[in-house]
Amino acid sequence: MKEFAALLDRLVLTPQRNGKITLLVDYFRQTPDPDRGLALAAITRDLDIANVKPAMLRGLIAERMDEQLFAYSYDYVGDLAETISLAWAAKEPSRVNAIPTLGDVVASLARASRSDAIRLVEKWLDQLDASARYALLKLVTGGLRIGVSARLAKQALADFGKVDVGEIEELWHGLKPPYQSLFAWLEGKAEKPASIAAAPFRPVMLSTPLEEPDYAKIIAEDYAAEWKWDGIRVQLTAEAGQRRIYSRTGDDISHAFPDIADAMNFEGTLDGELLVARSSTDTIEIGAFGDLQQRLNRKIVTAKQMESHPAFVRLYDLLFDGAEDIRALPFAERREKLERFVTTLDATRFDLSPLVPYETFHDLVELRKNPPHPIIEGLMLKRRDSTYVPGRPKGPWFKWKRDPFIIDAVLVYAQRGHGKRSSFYSDYTFAVWTGPEENPHLVPVGKAYFGFTDEELKQLDAYVRNNTTERFGPVRSVRAEPDHGLVLEIAFEGLNRSKRHKSGVAMRFPRISRLRWDKPPIEADRLETLESLLRNADPVD
Amino acid sequence: MLTRPEELLRSTPEGLYSPAGDFYIDPVSPVERALITHGHADHARSGHQKVMATRQTLDIMGIRYGDDFAGSTQTAELGVVTEINGVKVSFHPAGHVLGSAQIAVEKDGMRIVCSGDYKRAADPTCLGFELVPCDVFITEATFALPVFRHPNARDEIAKLLKSIAQFPERSHLVGAYALGKAQRVIRMMRDAGYDRTIYIHGAMTKLCDYYQSQGIDLGPLSSATVETGTPQDFAGSVVVGPPSAFLDRWARRFPDPVSCFASGWMSIRQRARQQGVELPIILSDHCDWDELTGTIKELAPSQIWVTHGREEALVRWCELNGFAARPLNLVGYEDEGDG
Repeated sequence: MKEFAALLDRLVLTPQRNGKITLLVDYFRQTPDPDRGLALAAITRDLDIANVKPAMLRGLIAERMDEQLFAYSYDYVGDLAETISLAWAAKEPSRVNAIPTLGDVVASLARASRSDAIRLVEKWLDQLDASARYALLKLVTGGLRIGVSARLAKQALADFGKVDVGEIEELWHGLKPPYQSLFAWLEGKAEKPASIAAAPFRPVMLSTPLEEPDYAKIIAEDYAAEWKWDGIRVQLTAEAGQRRIYSRTGDDISHAFPDIADAMNFEGTLDGELLVARSSTDTIEIGAFGDLQQRLNRKIVTAKQMESHPAFVRLYDLLFDGAEDIRALPFAERREKLERFVTTLDATRFDLSPLVPYETFHDLVELRKNPPHPIIEGLMLKRRDSTYVPGRPKGPWFKWKRDPFIIDAVLVYAQRGHGKRSSFYSDYTFAVWTGPEENPHLVPVGKAYFGFTDEELKQLDAYVRNNTTERFGPVRSVRAEPDHGLVLEIAFEGLNRSKRHKSGVAMRFPRISRLRWDKPPIEADRLETLESLLRNADPVD
Repeated sequence: MLTRPEELLRSTPEGLYSPAGDFYIDPVSPVERALITHGHADHARSGHQKVMATRQTLDIMGIRYGDDFAGSTQTAELGVVTEINGVKVSFHPAGHVLGSAQIAVEKDGMRIVCSGDYKRAADPTCLGFELVPCDVFITEATFALPVFRHPNARDEIAKLLKSIAQFPERSHLVGAYALGKAQRVIRMMRDAGYDRTIYIHGAMTKLCDYYQSQGIDLGPLSSATVETGTPQDFAGSVVVGPPSAFLDRWARRFPDPVSCFASGWMSIRQRARQQGVELPIILSDHCDWDELTGTIKELAPSQIWVTHGREEALVRWCELNGFAARPLNLVGYEDEGDG
């Protein structure tokens, strides 16, 4: 429990991805089974042992300390679990061998009723130190939020065992905590565990950006072209009655899309783009990315949401045709099979991503410039003879994204960064003009923290320090007036409507593309420019 | 004949004042006669006419303010009683930082002990706290909430050493107050077996030299404030500096730093998060809750006056445990030593 607690304490405060991976790898190396596997499950949220309610914890602490002193403490700390973990006074110092391990905790809780659970928690609170008490309380109340994605945890496993992360992803859904067979394999002590689950995830094939030196390779005999749709890449797999929808990193997202799962009355594995789309007798109206967001990251989806934002999958590829693995066939042959496969599917939920015919590279240039639908984010170019291989090999598949949108905005706030950047103001909030032309004011539209060089970062930091008007903790408000301020050229991939932002818009992947030292702030863009972009991308209804 | 303790010591806008002895303890503005508990800037200010303090506190004031920090000085020997206008005054170790002392004042059989800042935990860089029986005990309350239970200091230093081993390519920037905490961190790292050169911020050089001259071996130290340095010079190294320096441009010379902060406040996760601290080191030169309440139980004075910090919680505890206590509202103390 102590090691697990120490790991959590460090993970929550470590901003860098590589730092988190190092901490996880070291933990996996130093911690025995089953604790390391249980910790992994707690981090990937595959461990469900939460059965203690905060009210029960309040009752527990009320038995141990004066109400007034607890109130002062809670008021100061602000978090219930943390307050209790710090203020808990053990009845007597615990003996070293009485300290429970994570395995002890999980096993005992699994057997306990709710009323027994709280007494177990009380006993453990007496045995653990403050840091471990905090980890315990977060674990039993289900409040473990530590900023580590399942994807990152899998990458750490891959680094730990020096294997490709794709291998972990492929196995993942057949494994259960505490993952002893997985760790044994990663340590070279056992064979790779066989994937036993029906409908496992198959690592997806990704593309590399098309850059100028490769333009000459793109000829119609070798490369098929198709549109790159701006949704969520998914893998649909149905096998022996088991239906699963996976994200491209192997997360099972079936529960969020029962409308798709219900329609998966096939055997096989498909690769496609998840979109929101309404179909009538002969047309399909694809919604904007913002519509799709209404369906993402939800634990429960209501009938109303499925009605107003129906999910839809536009298909790119066929990996398993029935039980037959066809990933080793060339793209052209898989595509033919896919075209036949699609005819058997529910047309209100699935269709084929069409190939885009072209003769010369120049045709592609024109097509990319004028895509027929706002939710297209560019072109995909796939070698006709390419087999379906996991990962991101360079050459068989290229993505050629539409040029980003560009606006000029004014720097309004800057925040200090983390780690390497902790002495720099490196996170920038930018704004555009709104209100009457003769008396406009700035409204923030986004935040960007990359896109500039180290040299530009120094210049930006110096500018922020020399033009600060107010400070709020790590944030500085920067002088931004019509004739005094800094204009930032912002590149972004798309725009969504947002109720959360005052401006009503939210940018996707904003980054700083140029510093416009030369431009007076009043010449930066107005909110209307962004709003007109939104209208173009609005859903058709 | 004194009838009330307030005739011996009371709070005034300038600080604690003794009407009977006509002197102040740790006054916040210049006065005729001041008794100083320890060298932190909020307790030890320059510009008093006469200053009495331990030799080490006087030396530290000289280092910080220059030799002319007071009209005249008088060295207080620990445990030796001096009479000032009929009031008996004596200094006793407080365990806070090098030279820190509690001040006992006594007249007509009534004794008040002013703790200054103190701690009960072991500290290899200063003398340990001494219990001085008294009628009135004036205690600080910087960490007077039950949530402050400082963990074992050696375990905290072990956390730092583990991180240095885990991230050998990064530098570890340890924020620590220039007087006391910095030297304690360095000394404890030495005790834990770390023998490489430790880099220190320029603002700490004189104080570290002074500690060394007082027989506290800090091992090999080197200035981190070299103009010609490149980030690679500091890869894998430990740099100790005042916390404010690490948020400044000064810190850019270090490669991919792990920001650490040695302070009692670091037990609160949100405090660490807000300050961008990656590795909190919970190490305090003040009493935690158990030390405060334990000291009161051991001394069992007839009155307790609670000053700078979270007075209300400690006063509440005294009420619950049958001690007469009241907050003493002194202004101007900002706990430089641990804030």
